[in-house]
Amino acid sequence: MGIDWKKYNSGPFYDELMAAPGVARPHARELVSYLQKLKSTSLSSRKHAAEAAITTMGITFTVYSDGENIDRDWPFDLIPRVIAAKEWAHTERGLIQRLQALNLFIDDLYNEQKILKDGIVPKELIAKSKNFRKQCVGMKPVGGVWAHICGSDLVRNDDGSLYVLEDNLRVPSGVSYMLENRAVTKRVFPELLKGQNILPVGDYPTQLFDTLAAISPRPLDYPEVVVLTPGIYNSAYFEHAYLAQRMGAELVEGQDLVVQDDHVFMRTINGLAKVDVIYRRIDDLFLDPEVFNKDSMLGVPGLMRAWQKGNVALANAPGAGVADDKVIYTYVPAIIRYYLGEDPIIDNVPSYICSDEKQMKHVLANLDKLVVKPANESGGYGMLMGPQASQKQRDEFKQLIKADPRNYIAQPLLSLSTAPVMVDNHVEPRHVDLRPFILQSGQGSYVTAGGLTRVALVKGSYIVNSSQGGGSKDTWIVAEED
Amino acid sequence: MLSRVAERLYWMARYMERAENTARLVNVYSNLLLDLPAGASVGWDTLIKITGDDGLFSEVSEVADEKSVTRYLLTHKLNPGSILNSISMARENARTTREIIPAEAWELINSLYLYVKENTRKSSSRRGRLTFSRHVISHAQQLTGMLSGCMSHNYGYDFMVMGRNLERADMTSRIIDVGAATLLKPETDGVDVVLYENSLWMNVLRSLNAYQMYRQHVRDRVNGKDVVEFLLLDREFPRTILHCLSRIEDAVKSLPHNEDCLRSVARALRRVREVKIDELLLDDALYEFVDQLQLEFSAIHHTIDEVWFSMMREQTRAAS
Repeated sequence: MGIDWKKYNSGPFYDELMAAPGVARPHARELVSYLQKLKSTSLSSRKHAAEAAITTMGITFTVYSDGENIDRDWPFDLIPRVIAAKEWAHTERGLIQRLQALNLFIDDLYNEQKILKDGIVPKELIAKSKNFRKQCVGMKPVGGVWAHICGSDLVRNDDGSLYVLEDNLRVPSGVSYMLENRAVTKRVFPELLKGQNILPVGDYPTQLFDTLAAISPRPLDYPEVVVLTPGIYNSAYFEHAYLAQRMGAELVEGQDLVVQDDHVFMRTINGLAKVDVIYRRIDDLFLDPEVFNKDSMLGVPGLMRAWQKGNVALANAPGAGVADDKVIYTYVPAIIRYYLGEDPIIDNVPSYICSDEKQMKHVLANLDKLVVKPANESGGYGMLMGPQASQKQRDEFKQLIKADPRNYIAQPLLSLSTAPVMVDNHVEPRHVDLRPFILQSGQGSYVTAGGLTRVALVKGSYIVNSSQGGGSKDTWIVAEED
Repeated sequence: MLSRVAERLYWMARYMERAENTARLVNVYSNLLLDLPAGASVGWDTLIKITGDDGLFSEVSEVADEKSVTRYLLTHKLNPGSILNSISMARENARTTREIIPAEAWELINSLYLYVKENTRKSSSRRGRLTFSRHVISHAQQLTGMLSGCMSHNYGYDFMVMGRNLERADMTSRIIDVGAATLLKPETDGVDVVLYENSLWMNVLRSLNAYQMYRQHVRDRVNGKDVVEFLLLDREFPRTILHCLSRIEDAVKSLPHNEDCLRSVARALRRVREVKIDELLLDDALYEFVDQLQLEFSAIHHTIDEVWFSMMREQTRAAS
């Protein structure tokens, strides 16, 4: 026999597939019963097949450790995470709403700053923001959109609802793994996918290309779109190459581009060729050594000039990261109400802002119950997991917060939902989150069907980042049976 | 096509071809030595010479015996031309051009790399070595076939054709060189090498997988003059110098700004076509001829580099 679901118990946590031991959620019924019927030898042989597929397909991520870059195989758990189509439709609307509001917010910040004048968001927050770029003031990107590609992290609490944990508006990554996870599942469980109504995910590269083409300064059917990568040693290089390939776009490095007369060109075997849209996977500060980091070897001298003149489009636009700040995050519900006059469809995780003295006092007094996050880090770095931390670590954070309150927010430790993960020959619950990707141009929005489910492979852990021992799952959006 | 990408595709093809050629060479040489008498001075060090000895081998090994030479050529980390390093470089180049080559091609190169890395130890026994080099050859062939059948024959493809054929021509010229060096100067300890001439030239042909095709083409028994002529001038066999240069010429013709490169390929072709085989077999003539050929190949490479790859470097200079 295959998996014995009666022995699977997620305890106090909401489980994505099982309502109770032995009882599947309606949208996961088919998957659960299939896995139950599968012989355990067949299950483990598929697990090996999945690992072999990942090795052969070269699905890797790069970690930097001991002064060396190491390519590791992408960690994948073969049991998919399933979400009901009805819930997803609702979530999708919420994500589009959120990104619309954030784009209006960024555009406002770099132009009239109405929201600051109206006192909805405190002026000091922006004045002290590390991601506000004064070079962008007065810019009006095509369609008024600054963040064209957004990856938002969603978590499900024990009440069963999804919350937004953070918005990634700079260079969010992971979408290629979402696509590859599905490709692996198709190889390993072909018969399972055939029998069900699962929304396809493969459309993303086309949608991404259309989004990028829509912001071209030259109105062409096929503008020259390129993906700008920092190069092979970047941890997301796999994804840069993958997306360029799937979009049929050139994958360029800084050295391939040159700015002449405020236009961007790439060096080809034919000579110089004009570039219209750059999907840049390089941080703002490395984009242009003339304007930002002078030592940047990754960027292109003059790029900002070309962008400011409107001769090339950058996605995401420089400065979009101003809204990708964990303190600004706490204002997103207010931002949505301010610009759209609507209530947020997806809630934020309740948060405390340390720059507010009263809230900081609460945070300092309750460090053992809270998660503290720096405003501008990503990848799970620089965080304090209060309940699991030692007294020494908590004391260190107390000092850090007091020294720079603007840089910290705190959130109660959510009871992240779980999903079954293969451990040897049985399943155990592990905590998961979800990163869907949202595309937006002046011409419309698109949300991936599901997204990248990340899973903390260590028992009891909440850390889902692949650089810190996290894994991933294919994510299915499935129509519920009546 | 980006200059940087063109350059990487060119090198990817060269490195794959180099790995394949080295594998063939080791395979055939193992066979040849089994045929020769114990006293023959044809030793394993010849293989080091073929692959272009730059003194590195003597640094990593004191004796040139079967074990040390094959290890050096197959999997030695310090030999930049070893199969392991060639495939690892091919993989690096493929990895950085993944968006250009078909996904299956990358998977193939990647899995070949993993195979070579994992089987380094197994390749040290005679039997293991055979399996190892066969695996490399068949996968390199598979890649060539896959690219020919699954990739648009665009500029990128042309650069790979150029890289592959230049590397191939280079190896063929080296093999002719060694065959000649061994036979034309039979300074052996009382052993009449002439007795083994037939066997040796057969193995030269085999190392290029050319034996069967040669027999179809040349009916006479295998002899030095015919073999050299065949390997230089046959139009149809894909590893002859003439064939490789013609393939390069075809590829260059479809590229932009190709005048300089066409000229250097034409010069090399002329040198091959105008050669007088009879005279080649006298004294050091063949040896010198091969030397000249290699200079021509290197000139072709430099023109390719100058016209299509280094442009970016020069423009950077002009811009700064």
